[in-house]
Amino acid sequence: MTTELEQHTPVNPVEPFLRMDRMPHIWCPGCGIGTTVNCFARALTSGGYDLDKVAIVSGIGCTGRVAGYLNLDSFHTTHGRAIPFATGLKLANPELKVVVYSGDGDLIAIGGNHLIHAARRNIDITVICINNMIYGMTGGQVGPATPNPAITSTAPYGAFEQPFNLPFLADSCGAVYVARWTSYHVRQITRAMREAMDKRGFSFLEIVAPCPTLYQRRNRLGDGLDAMKYYKERSIRKDGANTRDVDIGYQGDIIVGKFIDRERPTFLQAMNQRFTEKLGSSYTPYPTGYDD
Amino acid sequence: MTVDPKGVLTGHHYLDGDHACCEGALAAGCRFAAGYPITPSTEVVERISARFPMIGGVFIQMEDELASSIAVLGASWAGKKSLTVTSGPGFSLMMEHIGLAAMTETPVVFVNVQRGGPSTGLPTLPGQADMMQARWGSHGDYEIIALSPNSPQECFDLTIEAFNLSEIYRVPVMFMMDECVGHMTERVVIPEPDKLHVVDRKFTKRPPGEYLPYEVHDGWVPEMVKAGDGYRFHITGLTHDERGYPAMNWQAQDKLMHRLVDKIRKNADTIARYEEADLDDADVVVLSYGITSRVAMRGVEMARARGAKVGTFRLIVVWPLPETRIRELASRVKGIVVPEMNLGQVALEVERVVAGRTKTVLVPHAGGTVHDPEVIAEAILEVSR
Repeated sequence: MTTELEQHTPVNPVEPFLRMDRMPHIWCPGCGIGTTVNCFARALTSGGYDLDKVAIVSGIGCTGRVAGYLNLDSFHTTHGRAIPFATGLKLANPELKVVVYSGDGDLIAIGGNHLIHAARRNIDITVICINNMIYGMTGGQVGPATPNPAITSTAPYGAFEQPFNLPFLADSCGAVYVARWTSYHVRQITRAMREAMDKRGFSFLEIVAPCPTLYQRRNRLGDGLDAMKYYKERSIRKDGANTRDVDIGYQGDIIVGKFIDRERPTFLQAMNQRFTEKLGSSYTPYPTGYDD
Repeated sequence: MTVDPKGVLTGHHYLDGDHACCEGALAAGCRFAAGYPITPSTEVVERISARFPMIGGVFIQMEDELASSIAVLGASWAGKKSLTVTSGPGFSLMMEHIGLAAMTETPVVFVNVQRGGPSTGLPTLPGQADMMQARWGSHGDYEIIALSPNSPQECFDLTIEAFNLSEIYRVPVMFMMDECVGHMTERVVIPEPDKLHVVDRKFTKRPPGEYLPYEVHDGWVPEMVKAGDGYRFHITGLTHDERGYPAMNWQAQDKLMHRLVDKIRKNADTIARYEEADLDDADVVVLSYGITSRVAMRGVEMARARGAKVGTFRLIVVWPLPETRIRELASRVKGIVVPEMNLGQVALEVERVVAGRTKTVLVPHAGGTVHDPEVIAEAILEVSR
């Protein structure tokens, strides 16, 4: 007998954006990645995008699995190389809105060279970097954003390398939009994702998110809820902050907000401008993805 | 088959192999290229960077070969025919994405203008020592197609063929030039656009919802889609099922690996391209490829002048080897002489294929210059005696 409840199974509003046939996902309880994916789905809903023209590219790692769960044209590439794949995808079809969704180890360590050059060139893509400060998929090793002296599986006596300040890195390389939020700030993330996708050029959004299984636990910092309490208590919003000053210390203050929002010609706009100047009417401008 | 006439520089030209390769790519419809400078291949992308703005293509010089080798995959999934160009050290960096291209069945062309190696080796001097790397340099099981031109004309003709094969079989195709062929300047005839054979990508006609990215309907090769057309497809370097979804089990691995390998191995006789001469009464065959095939011609003439009955067999497609034809020849000659600019790569595969039917004689050369034809002649005479 079918109950009334079963007849009226509520559909989560983000379901149409997800590949429900791939659920359950692989992420641990308390992990922040799923929260950001929920925000991304809401950003897609509220942003009015033609979803057939949104492509998502991930690298390897826990966040690298995001592409596989989103009901979009999606590419799960190699470790660190999501950005150059996205570069080729975008340049070959500028109509696409291309979003790179990956983690700190993938984008900043093995993929760091690609990040800085895509920012420098102002490739018209959005990079969403989930920073859990650790390599999650491989068991919690020290990463390029691990604060000192956090304990990790390959820094058992505590991390001692200077971590990257991600917004400063993206800013100094020329990103036209740079923001940081934590997975506690779901409304702000959703808005920032839309802003980043609407921005012409290389936009970079860092989302600090917990890894309860490997970072929280090993450092005796509690679970996902404890991370949310930490983010709530220690996040300080400073829109327009000098990115030089937004380092994250171990369990210290987290400066959040929109730091950079500026205009600069995209790679294709600059290319068209140069070729038109030099070649005149023998050059037919290449599509940039924009009408003007 | 549609040829964009904008890319076809019809006429008689005097071009080096690198430039001819560029023209072949343009004629084949390549409209995206990514590269990183490396001797002796750079002239290919130099010409592309000058020519693309006139025909609606995009060239980007990436930050390294890791980046250029995956940017071309991204462009291919956006629907553009794409190529990247490099030489040995850059080719080593590209292995990661040759594997990804093989795994995701992405049509793309990798040009390697070979120089002496390993490591930095001989940047300005020739080699043919990347042949095994071209075949299996990335980890895991897979098969690719590799072509080897021996003239600037073939750099044009076979670059088109490389694109065609990459589309037909959805594999990364290795275009294995060498420094000599790349820098040698000869007459290159580029025909009228309608005289060219160019294979278009086979996009699915199935509507979204009825299409699975890795479902094979006939033969071995699934139909393709491109981003932005509403299919909402997923592509991954993980072992995947017909939906393109990760499938972490041995059954999925078994099915996928067999198809990826078999689509090339079982079509080897169809893919094969070779050139034969003087084999009717030959009791020795010289099997060679690339620039060495031209040097070998001189060795063959010298040996003939001294009474040897020798014919030639030139591999145009090196991988997959034309095993059937090699076995036929092996059953009726005293030996197969294989000169190559390495210390034994293709020769070892020939020896395996021949399987004792006749002897295989490697004539190795470490690279840096071509063989002395006299050495090849001596090897022929030794076998024919």
